[in-house]
Amino acid sequence: MRAVISVVGKDGVGILANVSNKCAEAKANVVDVSQTIMDDMFVMIMLVEVDQLATEFTMFVDDMEAFGKSKGLDIHVMHEDIFKSMHTI
Amino acid sequence: MINVDNILETIKMINEEDLDVRTITMGISLLDCADADIDKSCEKIYNKITTKAKNLVAVGEQIEKEYGIPIINKRISVTPISMLVAVSGGDPVKYAHVLEKCAQAVGVNFIGGYSALVQKGCAAGDRELMESIPRALAETEHVCASVNIGSTKAGINMNAVELMGRKIVEASELTKDRQCIGAAKLVVFCNAPEDNPFMAGAFHGVGEPDVVLHVGVSGPGVVRAALAKAPKDLPMDEIADLIKKTAFKITRMGQMVGNLASERLGVPFGIVDLSLAPTPAVGDSVAYILEEMGLDVCGAYGTTACLAMLNDAVKKGGVMASSSVGGLSGAFIPVSEDAGMIEATRKGVLTLEKLEAMTAVCSVGLDMIVVPGYTSASVISGIIADEAAIGMVNSKTTAVRLIPAIGKDVGDELEFGGLLGSGPVMKINQTDCSVMINRKGKIPAPLQSLKN
Repeated sequence: MRAVISVVGKDGVGILANVSNKCAEAKANVVDVSQTIMDDMFVMIMLVEVDQLATEFTMFVDDMEAFGKSKGLDIHVMHEDIFKSMHTI
Repeated sequence: MINVDNILETIKMINEEDLDVRTITMGISLLDCADADIDKSCEKIYNKITTKAKNLVAVGEQIEKEYGIPIINKRISVTPISMLVAVSGGDPVKYAHVLEKCAQAVGVNFIGGYSALVQKGCAAGDRELMESIPRALAETEHVCASVNIGSTKAGINMNAVELMGRKIVEASELTKDRQCIGAAKLVVFCNAPEDNPFMAGAFHGVGEPDVVLHVGVSGPGVVRAALAKAPKDLPMDEIADLIKKTAFKITRMGQMVGNLASERLGVPFGIVDLSLAPTPAVGDSVAYILEEMGLDVCGAYGTTACLAMLNDAVKKGGVMASSSVGGLSGAFIPVSEDAGMIEATRKGVLTLEKLEAMTAVCSVGLDMIVVPGYTSASVISGIIADEAAIGMVNSKTTAVRLIPAIGKDVGDELEFGGLLGSGPVMKINQTDCSVMINRKGKIPAPLQSLKN
């Protein structure tokens, strides 16, 4: 199963590194990353494989979102299928 | 990889525009629980519901977490209880108590099906059940009741219309110290759908499988946000297109959640109800969508036209997104549950007459409208008859959920709390119609040809 991690926040040093580190700790394998600056905001989308996670997926979701809060970033982790179902025919 | 804009759009819909799955509702047949001994019948009901729906809430919460989509309500609908009363006899309120016990045991927030279908007349159990509705609603918290008093094929049962006018007043009176909440859990239908997942009118029709899972989607906030971005001179047909596209996305999400839940619960998937169901949250309002189309306040002339287009576009967009569509499917206009409708009522722009016209072009009917406490039962029966006539002639579902605010008058308000919201008492035409209502009998079914 693959999940999408979205990160939105004020641009700064080390966002990508910090988030990837958290993924590595949780054994979430990053398969794709795209990042851009939109209206002065840093926007990053990561696609990760979560089959080998060290914890339950729901714990991973909570951990990442809490991590985002501690860094002033808005982080969401959601199952990939939700986006596929809504935006593809 | 999925387009970044699409991902951000979805996240924004959920976090800022109140996108959610409004309800997953498990329909459970109680036909195999019928027993000539009412206590045995109640015991079988308890065992069946608590077994079949044991994991409903847990699975709902699990999906919410994994997919990041709020699922606001988890609910149960059951076979109309009048059918069980027909077999067992006894005090129907016993069934209401056992349904309440089930709701608390499995943790759902409403259980619907304290119902009777009497469009053509009363069979055994029907009258007893209808008579007991006010007491059942006063003595329970989570049980919802509905009565189908008419249909396009059968006409309108005026005996039931007369009775239900009195029962609505009684339901309010018995709960007058609790904001008249009893009447807020009672719906009187014409052409009631048998697979509706929305309360208070949900029941599990006899043509349905033993257990089934229905989903009700929502998202007025998302539609409004999409329209807010459109220029003010965009032609109406292009507005309709925008609504269609948004409805498609919302429905796809509902379909996905429904498939997942039915798979995890091991229960067949029923239908997606393509509805725009408002909540009292500011922004999550159907009235605001209509205002976004260019009306100063909902209820202005043009409202019925806008609503007709909205209702149709939601269905067109949704139908393509789902493999099976059913239930009520359309825009809901429950006054007390919609911040924009409440404001429009306070301003005196939205009146009962306008709402009646609106119900001719959208799903459901006169919903969650608070009327003065001194309104007579026959006036309420008159409103039910008018609304049922609209449904009967137009081959659509219509319903009435009125709350007589006992001891209150125009200018006062009732505060239900939660999803039911709060409602200002609406001024209504109190002209007597009791002679017509007391004639009873039935209004014959309308002709299905020579349509003009």
